[in-house]
Amino acid sequence: MQPILQCSHLSKHFGYLRALDDVTFSLERGRIIGLLGPNGSGKSTLIKLASGLLVPSQGEILVDGQKPGLETKLQVSYLPERTYLNNWMRVRDMIDFFGDFYSNFDKAKAFEMLRRLNINVRDRLKTMSKGTKEKVQLILVMSRNADLYLLDEPIGGVDPAARDYILNTIITNYNENASVVISTHLIADVERVLDDVVFICNGKVTLTSSVDDIREGQGKSVDALFREVFRC
Amino acid sequence: MEWELKSDRPIYLQLMEQIQLRIVSGGYPAGSKLPPVRDLAAEASVNPNTMQKALSELERGGLIYSQRTSGRFITEDEGMIQTVKIGLAKEQIKAFFERMQQLGYSKEETVSLLEQAMKEGK
Repeated sequence: MQPILQCSHLSKHFGYLRALDDVTFSLERGRIIGLLGPNGSGKSTLIKLASGLLVPSQGEILVDGQKPGLETKLQVSYLPERTYLNNWMRVRDMIDFFGDFYSNFDKAKAFEMLRRLNINVRDRLKTMSKGTKEKVQLILVMSRNADLYLLDEPIGGVDPAARDYILNTIITNYNENASVVISTHLIADVERVLDDVVFICNGKVTLTSSVDDIREGQGKSVDALFREVFRC
Repeated sequence: MEWELKSDRPIYLQLMEQIQLRIVSGGYPAGSKLPPVRDLAAEASVNPNTMQKALSELERGGLIYSQRTSGRFITEDEGMIQTVKIGLAKEQIKAFFERMQQLGYSKEETVSLLEQAMKEGK
């Protein structure tokens, strides 16, 4: 089967800064992939390239064999690290908003998840705590029946209990043909749900491996390996 | 029984061990139906792919079998469950002897210490 995401010699420069530098790798369908790297390593740049918000300086990135654009936007469900939703909106408005934009948005699923997290659909975004806002956005993103979920720091602002719920939401809501990319530096929290990891450092991909291979081959957790590889 | 996962070994191996333990201890009785992969994965908070891998491995060993339409079942072969149980017990004993050896006790000394502890326990 065709890889869901494929990068070949992909580079992105911002002026003199090489945010991504000659990156080549591909991601299979049906996997949960951790995109792991220190701050400023290029994780968000890569995700923005895949979602079509940025265009490559050199090389190529393909989503299901196509260049990111109008067609791939239906397949890709993207959770940005910063919100783009308007503060005055109520949860209910946002559900309608997503329903209008995306034909694959499942309203019933979204309402069910909101109910389980005790989030009132009449609440406005501006009255919510940082963590609740993050939960709402993740629910919106995971309620789409997409092929590729790109989650940029999905658990940064929420408490450990909600973190578990969110990770469970992720593992129970994707289907076998979809892949989920989670960018984070909270590795210990996510590694039990990951199939594969991509280590990224200074704009270069330094390792792609399955989590089992790391544990079996090196006898250590991904978290321990990360700390070793990226020791400051 | 809670799922307990350590971070330095492959998760599927740990899941296999814990499912085996549930089978030999009767938590999942012989011949009974296993919950669906997704439910098991959610219960253990792991990726469904990982749980799937653990179950397929157990299936290869014969402890679990799957029926195409109705799901996965624990083997009805009590003899096989006993064999697995004895195997697990032997592993425990071996590990115990090794730790006692690190403390400087021979096997004979360990056994006599065990007997002593059993008497004191009574």
